[in-house]
Amino acid sequence: METINAESIDRDFIQAVEKESGQYISHCYQCGNCTAGCPLNFVYDIPVHQIMRLVQVGQKEKVLRSHAIWLCATCETCTTRCPCEVDVARVMDVLRIMARREGTVSEEGVQAFYDAFLDSVKSHGRLYELGVIMKYNLHTKRPFTDAELGPKLLGKGKIHFVPKNIKGARAVKEIFGRFAKKRGS
Amino acid sequence: MKARRYAYYPGCSQKGTAVEYEMSARAVAKELGIQLVDVEDWSCCGSTPAHTVDHLLYGALAARNLAIAERMKLGTVVTPCPSCLIAFKSALAMAQNAETLEELNELINLPFKGTITAKSLLQVIFEEIGVDVLAEKVEKPLTGLKFAPYYGCILTRPPGLAQFDDAENPVSMDKILAALGAEVPDFPFKTECCGAAFGLSRRDIVQTLSAKVLEMAEAIEADALVVACPLCHQNLDLRQDQINSYRGSRREMPIFYITQLIGLALGFSPKDMGMDKHAVSSEDVLKKWEANLKERTE
Repeated sequence: METINAESIDRDFIQAVEKESGQYISHCYQCGNCTAGCPLNFVYDIPVHQIMRLVQVGQKEKVLRSHAIWLCATCETCTTRCPCEVDVARVMDVLRIMARREGTVSEEGVQAFYDAFLDSVKSHGRLYELGVIMKYNLHTKRPFTDAELGPKLLGKGKIHFVPKNIKGARAVKEIFGRFAKKRGS
Repeated sequence: MKARRYAYYPGCSQKGTAVEYEMSARAVAKELGIQLVDVEDWSCCGSTPAHTVDHLLYGALAARNLAIAERMKLGTVVTPCPSCLIAFKSALAMAQNAETLEELNELINLPFKGTITAKSLLQVIFEEIGVDVLAEKVEKPLTGLKFAPYYGCILTRPPGLAQFDDAENPVSMDKILAALGAEVPDFPFKTECCGAAFGLSRRDIVQTLSAKVLEMAEAIEADALVVACPLCHQNLDLRQDQINSYRGSRREMPIFYITQLIGLALGFSPKDMGMDKHAVSSEDVLKKWEANLKERTE
């Protein structure tokens, strides 16, 4: 069993997670119900109940570098089943947000997809699906990801080759602008 | 019949990969006396990507649409998409906090009160039209067809936010399908995850999780799966070939949107319901149904 040195407990981290998620991390009594129901556990490096435990003992580095926080699909099974009413999915979400801020994102591809998606919304006001795929493929240097899906979409009005901006595209872009200013980036 | 008017937010998928959901949702709503008035110049709700960046941004992207919808004074905004729905419900929950509401108003630069209600189209059909009225309106019952109703994750979860059906054992689609005359066996994986938004970035996840859903539907001898979510449909239908290659299987399981099947039973043609838009052909199932119908009337 792994032991944790008391000196390595980052109390600021515990507080920050509690504040940002609005959850009492200490309420978790390690029953493991979240992990038992987690459909993504098979790809996690650290099961979700252990993520909760690591947050309780302030292991910031380990938690924010984990793959698990990026492979959580926010399916809300853990939140639904937690007997202590901890919104576990929200904690996972907050940990992802923190990992972004700390620059410790372990699943680059997952982040690249989310970023490409939001760039699309920022540019056009709505999601431009083909644009997201192209941007993602360019970023990850895998130009043919999902290319085989193209023929299944063609001729069905499901794929558009030119993005269509909404009238309020600028208003949406301004939301992103004001948000960036607010967060000081 | 009482006129029901709602603000309608289709969501981005309805204009792209989920066009058949869009076609069938609008046609069925009209037929059931549900008047859907589009939210003018709606924008993306932010969906999963936004909440992994910042909850305030997530709230703001949804709030712009809610603010425009509130101006319509219809009281409720309806969306067919569970991901848009949870984005709206999250923003409305955030708006309960006066300080956060002010921040959201600042970000969107529009007056947003947080007083509107958000519902899924499925919820409106199930709760406000009801299965009894639906059953009365059936012209071509889905006789002899067996469907696995697949709800996915966030249509009913987390229960505190979703406020609809049962989080562990939802039955709304089961009951609707039964009212349409279909056979609805117990489907143990009705609330399992399909792999959600990992199709592009971690396809192995979608291939594994969606395969389980398809395999279970096959195990209970369902003719097809029924969904109410564009992302579930994309993973199970559009990616079914990828799943077959990954698992070494050769399954062809049609995936229908619930509105497509309601429409079919109400008398719309398969073409009107966009049945030709699927990646996995539903032709065999539709042929079986037509043969059953013919047998029934003879």
